[in-house]
Amino acid sequence: METVFELKNVYKTYNNEGKEFTALKDVSLDVNEGEIFGIIGMSGAGKSTLVRTLNRLEDVSSGQVLFYGKDLAELRPRELRNVRHEISMIFQGFNLLMQRTVIENVEQPLRIAGVPRKARREKAREMLRIVGLEEKEKVYPARLSGGQRQRVAIARALASDPKVLLCDEATSALDPKITGEILDLLSKINRERKLTIVIITHEMAVVEKICDRVAIIDEGELAEIGEVKEVFRNPRSSAAKKLVFPSNPFDPTGEDGKLIRIVFDGTKASEPFIANLVEKTGLKVNILSANTRSVGGIGYGQMVLELPEDTEKQKIITAFFEESGLSVAEVENTAVSAASEVDKHE
Amino acid sequence: MSDYIIKTIQSGVLETLQMTFWAALFSYLIGLPLGVLLYATSKGRLLQNRPVNAIVGIAVNLMRSLPFLILLVLLIPFTRFVTGSSIGTKASIVPLTVGAIPIVARMVESSLLEVQPGIIEAATSMGASPLHILVHFILPEATPSLLQGAAINVATVLGYSAMAGVIGGGGLGAIALQYGYYRYQKDVLWTTVTLLVVMVMLIQESGNLLAKKNRKT
Repeated sequence: METVFELKNVYKTYNNEGKEFTALKDVSLDVNEGEIFGIIGMSGAGKSTLVRTLNRLEDVSSGQVLFYGKDLAELRPRELRNVRHEISMIFQGFNLLMQRTVIENVEQPLRIAGVPRKARREKAREMLRIVGLEEKEKVYPARLSGGQRQRVAIARALASDPKVLLCDEATSALDPKITGEILDLLSKINRERKLTIVIITHEMAVVEKICDRVAIIDEGELAEIGEVKEVFRNPRSSAAKKLVFPSNPFDPTGEDGKLIRIVFDGTKASEPFIANLVEKTGLKVNILSANTRSVGGIGYGQMVLELPEDTEKQKIITAFFEESGLSVAEVENTAVSAASEVDKHE
Repeated sequence: MSDYIIKTIQSGVLETLQMTFWAALFSYLIGLPLGVLLYATSKGRLLQNRPVNAIVGIAVNLMRSLPFLILLVLLIPFTRFVTGSSIGTKASIVPLTVGAIPIVARMVESSLLEVQPGIIEAATSMGASPLHILVHFILPEATPSLLQGAAINVATVLGYSAMAGVIGGGGLGAIALQYGYYRYQKDVLWTTVTLLVVMVMLIQESGNLLAKKNRKT
């Protein structure tokens, strides 16, 4: 498998009126041909800066960004423009020309590449068919819904037959249903056109739904990278845990109460292990929250349980779950974890 | 009013329209590129260039801060050099053009500044050159706003053209001054003023209409 992007120790520092701000710290990662690669992080984590280094909308302060082995920083303006024909981008705000019709918008990259008028129009029509908007070619973007506008942006991005599509929060302005439709379209394009896609998002649901691999960015640093399934099954960094596990709003009812989180994958999801626990040990637990999600067709579930106050009983229960092959982790008391958050920021 | 006055007013209307048309046209021929230059060379823009931006900016501000009446007088030698005379309709076009250029430049600049930065980012990501971005992305997106600005500019030029009457320019302004002011012919004064007001309104309204028709948002 060929490597599309290779980032080597990328740093990005902004100098804002004498104040230095480091947006990216020592980020190294590869994006492989044909995959859908997710980059997720909280807002302000540096992911938008990161994606902009991939087509050199942002220059890096140090380190290298290689596109098929070529260092983007070494390209002359004309060479860079030619490389950009191969790296398309879509945006949260769509960025369509509002004074131009849908088809004229889709034609823009072809016009830049110097394609003659007739060929331009034909190609643009073909792209609109792919995104299902061939009926709207004469319409102005102002008359379209958000989802339709993003489809036009996708058609425009595909028109130059790029090798990569960068998506910068492309679904963040859309409602969940439309987000799903756009993601389905992206994943169809990825399959049918063998197009490598890099997706920037702050929503775990997006990564879950279509990404093959994911990088988690936390305060400018790469916190974790790996197969999406692996990260979901076993998140290692605290940033990953925060994204994978929804925060637990409950405190133990008693002072010595203990909360644990058990995580199980699809193979275990059919086993009634809470019932088994009661049957085998006679001990009871209180289920505080539970959910399951499907990642790449495999179900993952997690539960937050409150254990009895007795430490001996707690040990027995933990041991039982571990023997059943579930991963068990203690959940911090929310009051305590909130306090530690404050410490961290000071 | 005598037939003679009516005829004079008729030719005055024509002269005013001539002056306005040519001055507006010439001021856009120079002011539009200047405005684009001001926009493109400012900080963080496509062709960021501090010296060019500073020089053009200062020149525009200097020209704009001169009262038009003073400019009229100051430009007399230049006007004579260009048109061979310093009085009459043709001669008035020169100071009118010069006076309108900085206003046009600033209006154009502010229209271009309204274009969403995202559009420029998208164009850049497509591999467009700065010139291509200006011509095919920024100018089309700014067109409705540019038209709106043009309506204001043309109306301003028309207003200024009346002032040219003071130093021997033609048009309605000169008539208002000569008959209305120096000879106390109030009817002539009010007729010319009314005509000027109507003309300004017509220009402004048709400009608005044109801008509205072009605005697709």
